Amino acid sequence: MKKAALLLIFAGLFLSAPACPLGRAASWSGVDETVIEKFAEKAGRTAREPFINTDQGDLLLFVFLLAGMVGGFIGGYNFRVLFPPKRRTGEEKHV
Amino acid sequence: MIMHRRKKSARIRRAATVAATAGTLIALPAQAFAMHISEGILPASWAVLWYAVAIPFVALGLRELQRRSEELLYFKPLVGLVGAAVFIISCMPIPVPTAGTCSHPCGTGLAAILIGPGLTVVVASIALTLQALFLAHGGLTTLGANIVSMGVAGAYVGYGAYWIIRRLGLPWVMAAFLAGLLSDWATYAMTSVSLAAALHGGGSFSAMFSLILIAFVPTQLPLGIFEGILCVGALKFVRSRKPELLRMAAGGAA
Repeated sequence: MKKAALLLIFAGLFLSAPACPLGRAASWSGVDETVIEKFAEKAGRTAREPFINTDQGDLLLFVFLLAGMVGGFIGGYNFRVLFPPKRRTGEEKHV
Repeated sequence: MIMHRRKKSARIRRAATVAATAGTLIALPAQAFAMHISEGILPASWAVLWYAVAIPFVALGLRELQRRSEELLYFKPLVGLVGAAVFIISCMPIPVPTAGTCSHPCGTGLAAILIGPGLTVVVASIALTLQALFLAHGGLTTLGANIVSMGVAGAYVGYGAYWIIRRLGLPWVMAAFLAGLLSDWATYAMTSVSLAAALHGGGSFSAMFSLILIAFVPTQLPLGIFEGILCVGALKFVRSRKPELLRMAAGGAA
């Protein structure tokens, strides 16, 4: 119950984030834009396009989804090796 | 009958947890934001210098991986799990309502407790290389600087904090929280160092360093606390399910 409440609090925080007054003013850009690139531009350095530029249209979303799937699979596979599911006593009796 | 009801309520709780998690993921902004130093920001001389700093740490980590995976049965799956976690955590943009910006946790504090700081540098390097190559996240010329800030500074500060607090006999919860928190803050402090060193020009290094560090504070202050909580939660799970993993993984320090 505690876990569910904690998750609901986090979900509420994220859901309310775009609606808060600060959120309306801000573009939710990353700190690379708001901090790193701002200081770099002041010093006369600008960010260059990546060598493999996937930041084109929805391509970046696709690559992020793919990376999440592969990362999730590797993580999940190793998680199951390290933490195998507990067998229920009832099932063991039937076996 | 009572057992059946308990099982049913457990299933409902699990479904509520899954629904809340899915809601959180759906509510996250769809656009990806990079938080590492982007391609082309650092001059060539500084890019080479940060590579030179990073390479010995990566080499040491690789040697450690070979040695420990021969000695310990479950070490490779543990490194695989931690590597995947660091990759996913460090790609995950989290909106910070107090600042109106997004940033990501690093996961290197937790990784350093589980597999040691040397190997954390290796998994962070792999994650950062993949992000620089395919996710427009960081850059190849800035990879050395990003490895030093996220891999080296994050891992060693997080591990050092955990080790010192445990040696002082303080509770593991405090040690884990501070490891997560300080590893996150150390990462962004190191990013400020590499930026200020390369970009201060004729001005003062310390003035530029302070300005960059202060600019990170509104976003990274709450995010560091979030990373501390994340670290405590993950360690609590490992301690309850497989505590021997902690003793084995970090050579007894955890």
